[in-house]
Amino acid sequence: MPTTYLEAIREGLWEEMERDPNVFVLGEDVGVYGGAFKVTDGFIQHFGARRVVDTPISESGIVGAAIGAGLMGLRPVAEMQFADFISCGFDQIVNFAAKCRYRWNAPVPIVVRAPSGGGIHGGPFHSQNPEMWFVRTPGLKVVCPATAYDAKGLIKSAVRDNDPVIFFEHKGLYRRIKEDLPAGEYTVPIGKAKVVREGRDLTIVTYGAMLWTALDAADELAREGASIEVVDLRTLLPLDRETVLASVKKTSKVLLLHEDTRTGGIAGELAVSITESIFEYLDAPIVRVTAPDTPVPFSPTLEEAFLPNTAKVIEKARWLWRY
Amino acid sequence: MSALLTAGPVRQTRENDQKLAALAARCHYYMALMREAEDRIERKLYRQGKVVGGVYVGRGQEAIPVGSALHALPDDVLFPSHRDMAVLFIRGVPLGRVFAQYMGRVDGLTRGRDGNMHMGDIHLRVVSIISALAATVPVAAGAALALKYQGKDGVAFCYFGDGATSRGDWHEGVNLATVQKLPVVFICNNNQYAYSTPLELQMACANVADRGPAYNMPAEIVDGNDPLAVYDATGRGVAHARAGLGPYLVECKTFRMTGHSAHDAAHYVPPELFEQWEKRDPIQLLEARMLENGWAGREALDATHARIRQEVDEAVAWAEQSPYPDPATLLDDVYEQP
Repeated sequence: MPTTYLEAIREGLWEEMERDPNVFVLGEDVGVYGGAFKVTDGFIQHFGARRVVDTPISESGIVGAAIGAGLMGLRPVAEMQFADFISCGFDQIVNFAAKCRYRWNAPVPIVVRAPSGGGIHGGPFHSQNPEMWFVRTPGLKVVCPATAYDAKGLIKSAVRDNDPVIFFEHKGLYRRIKEDLPAGEYTVPIGKAKVVREGRDLTIVTYGAMLWTALDAADELAREGASIEVVDLRTLLPLDRETVLASVKKTSKVLLLHEDTRTGGIAGELAVSITESIFEYLDAPIVRVTAPDTPVPFSPTLEEAFLPNTAKVIEKARWLWRY
Repeated sequence: MSALLTAGPVRQTRENDQKLAALAARCHYYMALMREAEDRIERKLYRQGKVVGGVYVGRGQEAIPVGSALHALPDDVLFPSHRDMAVLFIRGVPLGRVFAQYMGRVDGLTRGRDGNMHMGDIHLRVVSIISALAATVPVAAGAALALKYQGKDGVAFCYFGDGATSRGDWHEGVNLATVQKLPVVFICNNNQYAYSTPLELQMACANVADRGPAYNMPAEIVDGNDPLAVYDATGRGVAHARAGLGPYLVECKTFRMTGHSAHDAAHYVPPELFEQWEKRDPIQLLEARMLENGWAGREALDATHARIRQEVDEAVAWAEQSPYPDPATLLDDVYEQP
C-alpha cells in the first residue's frame, strides 16, 4: 500500500523513537492533538507524555529546550507548527544551536521540523519558504525532501545526525504524493543530491515541491523532443555542488528552480558555483524560475501568479533548450 | 541553617560553627580567586593589549556565583552568565585555561573561537552563554527536562542579571520550566544596571523576584553581597528543585562595581552609589565576619591571598605560553568531522 509523504515522516520518526529511547518530540499540540498536520498522531498514546511533550506557544522556548536536552545527550525533535513561526526561535537556532560545536566543542543533536511552502491558500504567515535564512548559517544542516522515500530516509538520518538539522516538510506534499516504500529499515544520507531523471539537453536543478513541477515540465517537453535531466538537491546545507556540476557538465544548460523568493535564493549560489567552476561547459545563460520578491499573497489569483508552476517552467526550459 | 547564619556567634553550637567556618573559608577562597583573576585580566592583561576584545567582570558580585555554585553536585548542570567566573573554578576549570581563553589562545576553553566569558565545558556540565542574554534560560529548562527524562535528580543552575529578565527568552524559559515542573534554580544577580540602563527603565516592578508569583514560582530576595546568605537561599532552591517541586528563583541584590565592560567608565552611575557599595564589598565583609567569629585569623586570610596570587601568576604564565590557534584549523568543527 502506498505511503504518503506525511505518513513517511511519521513512520521515520516512529521507528527512530522505537530504536533509540533518547529520541523524543516536543512542540505545540504535538501530543493529544497529534500535531497541527497530524504527523505525530498516535505518538502520545504509544510513547507516553514523557516522550511526546506538549509545550506552551513558545518557539524560542521549544528550540532552546531542545538545545538544552540535546547538550545533555538526548535527541529531541522539535516541531514548529508552521515554518513561518520559526523566526520566533531564530536566535536559538542560528546563535545557540549552530555555533556550539565550533565555539566549545559541544554537539547539539537536534532536529527542528518545519512545515513550509505555499499552494494551500495559507497567506503570508502560513506559506513561506524560509530555508535560506538557515542556509546562511554555518553549523546547521538544512534538509528539504521532495519524495515520501526521501522524507522517511532523511528524517531518520536527521535524528541520528550529531549536528542541528532544520527539516523542511512541504505542506503541499503531505497528502498529495505517495509511493510504495521498502519494508525494511533504510536511511537517506544528508548532503547528497540525486539525479531523479536522466537527460542530455538541459538540467533542471530544484528541491521540495518544485521537483514535481520540474518532472511535469520535463514530461511535457519530452513530447517535443527535449531530453531533460532533473536534479533534486534534497539537502541545501551542506550543498552537494558536485552532483549539480556533473549534470551541467553533461547537458551544458541549466535552469534553476525554486519556490522560495528570488533574491538570495539557492539559485543564486548555484549559479555562481557553476560559473566559477565549469564556465567553459556552458552553452547558454543560466536561467532561474522562482517566486518573485514579495510576501506570499493570499487570494488564489495572486498566489497562482506568485508560485512557479509547470507552464512557467516549460516556457523558460523551452527557450533554454532552443538557445 | 538560615537562622543560624544570621544569629550571633554566641548562639551557635561548636559543630555548626566548624561547618560555617569551613564554608566561609571555601567561599573566601573562590571569591578572592575570582577577584584576583578578573583584576589581572581587566587591569593588567587587557591594558597590556594581551586580552583582545571585551572584558566584563563581576567585581563586587563574587558572593553570588560562589555562594550558589558550591551546592552543585556532579549530575547538576550550570549556566553561568558573564559575571559568574567563579562557577568555572568551582566546577574544576583550570585557571590557566580561563586566561588562555581571554587571550585568544588555543588552550582556552573555546580554542580561540570565542572570547571572554563565552566558554563552557560539556564534560564538566558547564554550558557556555551566548551574547544574547537570557538565551540560556530556555536551554537550562531543556537541560533540566533531560535530567528528569533520564531519571537523575540533577538540577540546572541558571544565572542571569536583572536586564536579562526583560527578554522574551527569559519568560519563555521560565514559563516552560514552571509548566513542566522542571528542576531549575534561577539565580539573578540584580546589580541595578544593564549596561547604562538603570533598573527603573528596565522594569516596572520593584524586584525581579516579583516576577515569580506570575509563574507560580517561589522566589526570594537575598543579600547578594553575603555568600552565606546566597548559599542558604540557593540551598532552599536546590532542595525544592531536587524534590520535584519545580523551579525556584533567587534574586541576589548587589551592585556592579565597574562599568558594563572595561571600556565603560560608568559616568552614568552616581558616584555616591559606588561609595556606598564599596563599604559593602563582599570579600571585605566576609573577612570581617570570619575574623569576628574566630573562623580564621588575619594570617590565614593573608596566606590565602598570597596563595591565590601565586596561582594566578603561574596560570597567566602558562596561558602566555599557549600558542594562538593555527589558521589551518579555521574550517574545523563547524560540523562533526567524518
